[in-house]
Amino acid sequence: MNHLDALESQSMYIFREAFQGFDKLAMLWSIGKDSNVMLWLARKAFFGHLPFPVVHVDTSYKIPEMITFRDRMAKEWELDLIVGQNTKALEAGMGPDKGKVACCSALKTEGLKATLSEHGFTGVFAGIRRDEEGTRSKERVFSPRGENAEWDFRDQPPEFWDQFKTEFAPGTHLRIHPLLHWTEIDVWRYIQREDIPVLDLYFAKDGKRYRSLGCAPCTAPIESNAATLDEIITELETTRVSERSGRAQDKEAEDAFERLRAEGYM
Amino acid sequence: MADKKKTKSKTKAKKIPAKGKAAVTPAEDITDNKPLKIVIVGHVDHGKSTLVGRLIHDTGSLPEGKLEAIRDMCDRRGMPFEWAFLMDALKSERDQGITIDTSQIWFSTDHRKYVLIDAPGHKEFLKNMVSGAAHAEAALLVIDAEEGVREQSRRHGYLLHLLGVRQVAVAVNKMDLVKYSKERFDEIEAEIHAYLDEIGIAPTHIIPVSSREGDLIVNPSKPMDWYEGPTVAQALDLFEAPVLPTDLPLRFPIQDVYKFDERRIIVGRVESGRLRAGDTLLISPTNKTVRVASIESWNSPSPVLAASAGQSIGITVEDQVFIERGQIASNEENLPIETNVFRARIFWLGRKPLTVGKTYKLKLATSQHNVTVQAIERVIDTGDLSSAEAETVERNAVAEVILRSRGMMVLDEFVDNPATGRFVLVDEYDAVGGGIISMEGYPDQRQSITVKSTNIFSVDHRITPAARSASNGHRPGILWLTGLSGSGKSTIAVELERQLFLKGYHVYVMDGDNLRHGLCADLGFSPEDRTENIRRVGEVASLFADAGFIVITAFISPYRADRQRARSIRSEQFHEVYVKAGLEVCEKRDPKGLYKKARKGEIEMFSGVSAPYEEPEDAECVVDTASLSVSESVAEVMDYIDRHLGGVDHHHETGKEEKAAQTS
Repeated sequence: MNHLDALESQSMYIFREAFQGFDKLAMLWSIGKDSNVMLWLARKAFFGHLPFPVVHVDTSYKIPEMITFRDRMAKEWELDLIVGQNTKALEAGMGPDKGKVACCSALKTEGLKATLSEHGFTGVFAGIRRDEEGTRSKERVFSPRGENAEWDFRDQPPEFWDQFKTEFAPGTHLRIHPLLHWTEIDVWRYIQREDIPVLDLYFAKDGKRYRSLGCAPCTAPIESNAATLDEIITELETTRVSERSGRAQDKEAEDAFERLRAEGYM
Repeated sequence: MADKKKTKSKTKAKKIPAKGKAAVTPAEDITDNKPLKIVIVGHVDHGKSTLVGRLIHDTGSLPEGKLEAIRDMCDRRGMPFEWAFLMDALKSERDQGITIDTSQIWFSTDHRKYVLIDAPGHKEFLKNMVSGAAHAEAALLVIDAEEGVREQSRRHGYLLHLLGVRQVAVAVNKMDLVKYSKERFDEIEAEIHAYLDEIGIAPTHIIPVSSREGDLIVNPSKPMDWYEGPTVAQALDLFEAPVLPTDLPLRFPIQDVYKFDERRIIVGRVESGRLRAGDTLLISPTNKTVRVASIESWNSPSPVLAASAGQSIGITVEDQVFIERGQIASNEENLPIETNVFRARIFWLGRKPLTVGKTYKLKLATSQHNVTVQAIERVIDTGDLSSAEAETVERNAVAEVILRSRGMMVLDEFVDNPATGRFVLVDEYDAVGGGIISMEGYPDQRQSITVKSTNIFSVDHRITPAARSASNGHRPGILWLTGLSGSGKSTIAVELERQLFLKGYHVYVMDGDNLRHGLCADLGFSPEDRTENIRRVGEVASLFADAGFIVITAFISPYRADRQRARSIRSEQFHEVYVKAGLEVCEKRDPKGLYKKARKGEIEMFSGVSAPYEEPEDAECVVDTASLSVSESVAEVMDYIDRHLGGVDHHHETGKEEKAAQTS
């Protein structure tokens, strides 16, 4: 077993543990490279099937190519797609000009919470990774969320020996992180090995490419000439720039992202 | 729009190109690119996070701008720069200057890649330390040069041992604060060796370092030119890469059974050993065998014919056998143990203490059982490794306990197979402890519950039990006397036999010696043999009872499970008689001098001394021979027999028998 096999096997194990432990499962699909890999791994775990719906929280500010890609893939892969949106906040004029963190909180976190509670999901897959960012590195694979989806990062339950938490109080739910142990470069190597479709935006055009995808106003491309998978992998082997460097909402305050995540952001 | 980049290189990227700077590395490490997982442990404030920060920085693994961002943050808050801020991502961690939860960070040396797992050293966050350390393949124990080995240094060392982390290096940190003194280092080195040796850990290296100044983390140290060993980074590079347990016996715990399409796919992860299409597997605890028809997969370039440890797989089988989550598939040789009781060394993380008699949910591989704490054998002080008796196990303590389930559990001893030899305990919603299994003093119950022969048909008798009772004037029954050696079982048994015989009863005493000379001459005194001995006694007693006899057995029969099995053969005629006398009383009596021998170690596995005696929980009859004389004790049992087995009306029962004879 090589490294990618080991990562894949662990993700499949997590998916299968979740599938037998929860009745109401859903997968968050951000259309980015990680959630495409996550989808792929789920199909590996369930032999080509995807026995739960995928949820996309549409802030209406997404880069347009993302929506085109989403609808095309949903059709091609026959996904049971649920699109959630905080229409109330949008009607009230919410946008990044009201503050980047406030916007994220309203359109993503609140939009997500409403969609989850509307369908009564008790287990929600999210494609976050430990190497992305400090608070995510402290996550559990099965991470309990309170009644308002809040993350009590100061007092997380123990998790060891792959015995995951499948017991939870009524009204609460669990975030399940099948990619937590992957790194950015692992993801790209796996995309290459398995030939997984990803958005064109990741590949350099005119000296720029997106390394991480989000909403158009808050996501900037990075300087890069990496136009192929091989070139991206080579770039990541030597880069010392962090992956979320193009994501503006992380930088508003020292603990901006920590507070977003504590409220229930992915 | 071409969403899918058809890569220019058509390689399926099984082999990943080596990093430019890694020329000295053995080829297999780089092609696999598997990072080694290292946990950093130690007492609070001994500088774990600082060491990690320094290591990341000095190996050039720090993201661009990260150092500046932290310096800015420190300036803004008016606090001195700390390397620890790299790892302590939570604001509350930086505010308090301690690590609350475990985190992971990736870095590489010239030799290979690493995942560093930072674990909190504060006692309050032991659950988080365990969550981090359980993933580790090796550990770096950090000890403050001024303070020396402290409470959490010891506890963490002990937990590493329980968690199965065997490779440990030690960094003696803050050498700058002791003026880089070789004498001080030598003192601490001796202290560390003394402790780790006792818990069975041989540290690979003990390295004097200063994380703050950067001495001997990655770079050499001028002030410590007296030290000749490796730096921390070099010591990490000297750790051996873990080997997957492919050579251990096959253990394939069933995770789930899928029926998404026409295939019935049995999924799980191969925890140890190998499995091939065409193999015959034995499923425990049902003891059914199945043949592997295929190994299923999705989007794999060619059919999968074999799988080995670490792989999540799915199989189809040729036979329509009931299979469900929690069972374990193995080969027909090298089977896992089946038992409903075991001994465990546990670490306890629950807010409420672990108590005797309480039931917890046990998760072992994919199985779940309710287990009751039968006994707390000892609580271990991880500081001086002394042990004490206790009624409860408090939070963050380590203890040895006996756990018992109702149903049969399938497991291994931890020393034989870690993945199926460890478990997690759950109370309400959370994991509250973990432990590793030992079967010391307890038999494998597999043999005694397995019917080996097939094609057996019972002969139907033409004489009914009622007819036998009527003819005998009493009902049949098994009086199963159990108690410690010296409690008076044999004395009571032979006197009962005499008195019942005088009453005209058909009665026979089965004693240890009259069986061990013949029927059980092939058996010794190991837990397995004892169990087998008792199984045979149970079966023979059952035949006697079937023949209409009152049979009195007088065996210590120390295991509850064995007595339960004897009962289950003929439960309506089984009467458990607890001949009760405490160990002290029995040892004082010591009629055969056996206790003396056992105490001297001349008899191994002596019940009550060096092997457990499990008291009956609901015996039909209890005679307390510590307070009653022999004749009083016999009278009590005689009274019980009279009430339950005696006084059958001959004529009435005979009439029934005649009717039965006519109809047959």
